[in-house]
Amino acid sequence: MAASGGSLARYTALRLLLIIPMVFILSTIVFLLLRVAPGDPVSATVGGRLSEAALDERRAALGLDRPLIVQYLEYLGDVATLNFGQTITDNRPIIDIVQEHGGATLTLAVAAFVVALVLGIPLGLIAGRHRDTPGDLGIRVFGIITYAAPVFYWGLLFQLFFAGYLGWFPVGGSASPVTIFEVPDVTHILLLDAIIAGNTEAITDVLMHLVLPALTLGLLLSGIFIRLVRVNVLQSLKGDYIEAARARGIRETQVMRSHAFRNALVPVITVIGLQIALLLSGAILTEATFNWPGIGNELVQYINNRDYAAVQGIITMFAVVVVVVSILIDIINAVIDPRVRY
Amino acid sequence: MALAARVLSPFRQTTGFARWILLAGIVLVTGFVILAVFAPWIAPFDFAQTRYADGTRFPKGAPPGGDFLMGTTSFGSYDVFSRVVWGSRTALQVVIISVVLSLLIGAPLGVISGFLGGALDRVLVLVMDALYAFPSLLLAIVFAFLLSDLFGGGVAAAGVALTVIYIPQYFRVVRNTTVSAREATYVEAARAMGAPKRTIITRYLFGNVVQSVPVIGTLNAADAIGTLAALGFLGIGIQPGEAAEWGYDLQRALADAGAGIWWTGVFPGLAIVLLVTGLTLVGEGLNETVNPTLRRRKLRPFTLPPRGAVAFEAGKGQVDL
Repeated sequence: MAASGGSLARYTALRLLLIIPMVFILSTIVFLLLRVAPGDPVSATVGGRLSEAALDERRAALGLDRPLIVQYLEYLGDVATLNFGQTITDNRPIIDIVQEHGGATLTLAVAAFVVALVLGIPLGLIAGRHRDTPGDLGIRVFGIITYAAPVFYWGLLFQLFFAGYLGWFPVGGSASPVTIFEVPDVTHILLLDAIIAGNTEAITDVLMHLVLPALTLGLLLSGIFIRLVRVNVLQSLKGDYIEAARARGIRETQVMRSHAFRNALVPVITVIGLQIALLLSGAILTEATFNWPGIGNELVQYINNRDYAAVQGIITMFAVVVVVVSILIDIINAVIDPRVRY
Repeated sequence: MALAARVLSPFRQTTGFARWILLAGIVLVTGFVILAVFAPWIAPFDFAQTRYADGTRFPKGAPPGGDFLMGTTSFGSYDVFSRVVWGSRTALQVVIISVVLSLLIGAPLGVISGFLGGALDRVLVLVMDALYAFPSLLLAIVFAFLLSDLFGGGVAAAGVALTVIYIPQYFRVVRNTTVSAREATYVEAARAMGAPKRTIITRYLFGNVVQSVPVIGTLNAADAIGTLAALGFLGIGIQPGEAAEWGYDLQRALADAGAGIWWTGVFPGLAIVLLVTGLTLVGEGLNETVNPTLRRRKLRPFTLPPRGAVAFEAGKGQVDL
């Protein structure tokens, strides 16, 4: 296509512009839901524990005594500058929570992706290659079960078996107290900090704590990869070039490896990005199961403390992340596959 | 009779694998429906009962056996089996509320938006797309958080909280079908004959669009079971005093994992897995039957008429499409 360079730029610009209305709509929904409801966050959170005067003081400090529309506009302005407010119960800025606990969530997400790819891609290839055999059926059933069982149930079963019964791995947490105490905090990512410190014992300890949570979240994602890769293999096996390769007398293993599989794996790259929403939900549940000190675990604690401002801030932050990442993936998708641009 | 035959007809048309999937799914789901409906007779105890009728307390954290088929919990000594049975009632109630409500809201909105088009359509599509892009668990968390403050953490509040997740799905499917059906010849013909918009929507569009609903409905129901359990697990779903809920029980079971008490978590979790699998299988089976692009139908045995026979017997040897 002659105009492909121009159309890619145009597509990218349009997609990037879409971030604004999407973030606007999502933050409006979050604000409407959490703030237009009767009662105000301060009395819902700390009401009954403080005197009426103290409550008023808190409200004034948080700007909650002003008209709702003013608060809404200010909230939108804050979101635009990536300021997500602060909590009511312990007066922490949301951005601090993200900095402090984002590393743990990121570690978990990356490790889970590795597990999902290592499990999902080979199983999907095998299932697609040997369609309608017992192996294919078994792998498909495995895919359905990973979807049907909630992540926290997998987590619980792993805890019972690998931590409780066999005693191979710790039940929860991201490291033993000794490790957390010994390793100096540089990057807020414990594994990296341990590597920087060159403390082999700490590295092993962190990795041992990571195994079960990563396996739990990874299983959830692997089901999707299995399904996707299998369907792609089935489709690419129907292609004319496969028949052409076979007609030329190329060996079957060779046809599979360099003709069928390679083509089946390209779409996987783009689908990875589409799973960000699932990954996020799964991460919250996994963190709650393993007491993993990530952002999701913080969110759950603030929910239990009924801290409206914290819930609003963390959820808005998640919304922004989801929108930005999925639009970036759209753009990467367009760069890889020209058919996407229109 | 005629109605029963019509309802069963897609099932009769299935073949091989699709039929087994559908059958397995129906068996699993029916099992849970029976548990839910007859819970008071099946469950030996109430879901919040911790004492025998004579006032003696149940043993705490007792392993399966004796009076307690699946053991008792280590928090408050509830009977695990009774809670699993009562939990199926809670799950089905919540799922029915959420699927019916989201269908009733999402589908008409989709038809109207797709048929009328214009600015209303564009705004609705943008809002629904935004809701759809949002991680569904977070959306449910926000709604459950809000509703539990307003209405308390009961079955109705949880059902309504889940509704919001599924409205965009019905909206999208129904709207897209409507948009493509709007240009179809039969709608054009109706318009040419002077049919009012209302008639076109209710008689010509809705009937066509509604076919895709059972598949989405069952798959959403499967998803709703998981999300309800997730809310319960995070402690913002149905409150323990209101009803038995599997997700909440799993959360309480976490504390037992290190102590080797497996029965408090394994059984409620297994119930979730079985019910979700059942609903998924029904959905997939229906999809393979109802969706013409996936459907593989059995060819009836074809017998040629004997040589010299004059009339070809009508119906025989024809593939019913």
